[in-house]
Amino acid sequence: MIGDDLKIAGRLFGSRLFIGTGKFSSSTIMKSALIASETEMVTVALRRVDLSNPDDHILNHLDLKKCQLLPNTAGAQSADEAIRLAMLSRASSQTNWIKLEVTPEPRHLVPDGEETLIATKFLVKEGFVVLPYMQADPILAKKLEDAGAATVMPLGSPIGSNKGLKTKELIKIIIANSNIPVVVDAGIGAPSHACEAMELGADAVLVNTAIAIANDPILIASAFRSAVIAGRQGYLAGLAEESEGEASSPLSWLIK
Amino acid sequence: MTFNVSSFAKLLTTTSDSELNNLALKAKKSTQQHFGNTIQLYIPLYLSNECCNSCLYCGFNKNQKIKRQTLSLEEATSQLQIIKSKGFDNILLLTGEHKASVGVDYLEPIIQQAQKMFSYVALEVFPCTTAEYKKLVDAGTSGLTIYQETYNRKIYSNMHPAGPKRDFDFRFTAPERALTAGMRKMGLGFLLGLSDWQTEAINLAEHLDYLMKKYWKADFTVSFPRIHEAPNGLPIQAVSDRDFVQMILAFRIAFPKVGILLSTRENAQLRDNLLGLGVTQISAESKTNPGGYSENSSDEQFKVSDNRSLEEIISTLEKKGFDPVIKDWSTILSKKQ
Repeated sequence: MIGDDLKIAGRLFGSRLFIGTGKFSSSTIMKSALIASETEMVTVALRRVDLSNPDDHILNHLDLKKCQLLPNTAGAQSADEAIRLAMLSRASSQTNWIKLEVTPEPRHLVPDGEETLIATKFLVKEGFVVLPYMQADPILAKKLEDAGAATVMPLGSPIGSNKGLKTKELIKIIIANSNIPVVVDAGIGAPSHACEAMELGADAVLVNTAIAIANDPILIASAFRSAVIAGRQGYLAGLAEESEGEASSPLSWLIK
Repeated sequence: MTFNVSSFAKLLTTTSDSELNNLALKAKKSTQQHFGNTIQLYIPLYLSNECCNSCLYCGFNKNQKIKRQTLSLEEATSQLQIIKSKGFDNILLLTGEHKASVGVDYLEPIIQQAQKMFSYVALEVFPCTTAEYKKLVDAGTSGLTIYQETYNRKIYSNMHPAGPKRDFDFRFTAPERALTAGMRKMGLGFLLGLSDWQTEAINLAEHLDYLMKKYWKADFTVSFPRIHEAPNGLPIQAVSDRDFVQMILAFRIAFPKVGILLSTRENAQLRDNLLGLGVTQISAESKTNPGGYSENSSDEQFKVSDNRSLEEIISTLEKKGFDPVIKDWSTILSKKQ
């Protein structure tokens, strides 16, 4: 939407839909889905790519003129590992943007807040633009903001679960308190979930599994695009309060 | 999903065709949800076929009259280079059990060499002490595979008449020692054909569930090597394709986040048909004799049933709608600094 760009670390984004690149059946389908989504922010797992190799089959399908490459530290179990992955990334990818993921338990990939905060502090001092993946914990969100994070990225529900905004009440508090963009990062399984997050006032959403494993990844990428725009417009317009639809005003005797 | 042994056992009981089909649909959906439309590729490198054990089912059994060979560091490096040039980035190093000539000191420099060339280095070797596993981890090992072969102590004893492998408990507790030493990925399994597969599967599932809860930071995989032909006509309890498939489906449903490996012991047709139904990693171009990637002088551990090249397997994966994943690891995640 014109005039409603999302600003992160000085860069403007026309799209509020971020996309992850895992789980796609081919790089060609991934590329078509990215185009259909009109995304401008694409995250790639550092452990999946060979950044020094321009022929890497994920990287050479990204339009890096249009999209900000957001390398992520998926697989890191500690601040130390995440920091070392970030350093390697910056040295070879020409970007100082990093999606920080510290997930010591490899099955549900629940983020470790303590280690995430340590790594954020360090990487911010090193000059990185840090976008940390986190639990929907309003206090941690403030601590990460204070540490210099560029955004906070709370999970809507466990990653890959497609269950939607199970942490909705906490995300509302994070949004209410935040001075930096709030990006709902995990669990968004349907365009309606993305729309709901945007209606709540999230600044952006990140979607991966729901697009990558859909029967038609390209069509659903386009659906997510529309849903994010609709949700954003709903938020900006100011949603009407829910009502029980009472027939008459209790003050009808006073207000004629 | 919480593991429940009675629900798991139910998944293993005899089913009608339509029930089995329903399991397959469920497993397919779960695999796609958790692992996406991807299949990881790996390759084994047998470093040595020297062995002081006498496992009745194994081609490396010390009583087998076969040509023995242990690769030197130079020979191993040359094999690694051949494998790397084929396009692999995930390597599994294997040995028999002969600690005098093929011990931890032998493995360390080879692991260090492999780690310079491959993002992911795993081992499938003799059980070690915690201190030995620590050395192997520090050298750059990210994963360990150790199969119990059978969880039935009596059959285990019969199958391993001599050698250090007779010690059931030392093998059974090896995963815990490796995980204590900092191993990131652990592969478990048993050998299909030695005993009743359903009981073995339940024992493996309980072992896996216990280890996953205790060593919660580690990633786990399972694999089910199936004996098709044992040396010297050893009688085996053959497991049918149908039972084999049902067991894979059961593990996929009960352990949705656990990777399942399928080796070239199985034929191309079965491997292709199992894609997407639970299996998440497959090997390709495997040779099961030391030095096998350049010449064929030594004897192999088992007969490979799928001889397709990496290129052919990648092409099959792509045709079936899977992204072949060559790299899914970073040395930063394993090498301690």
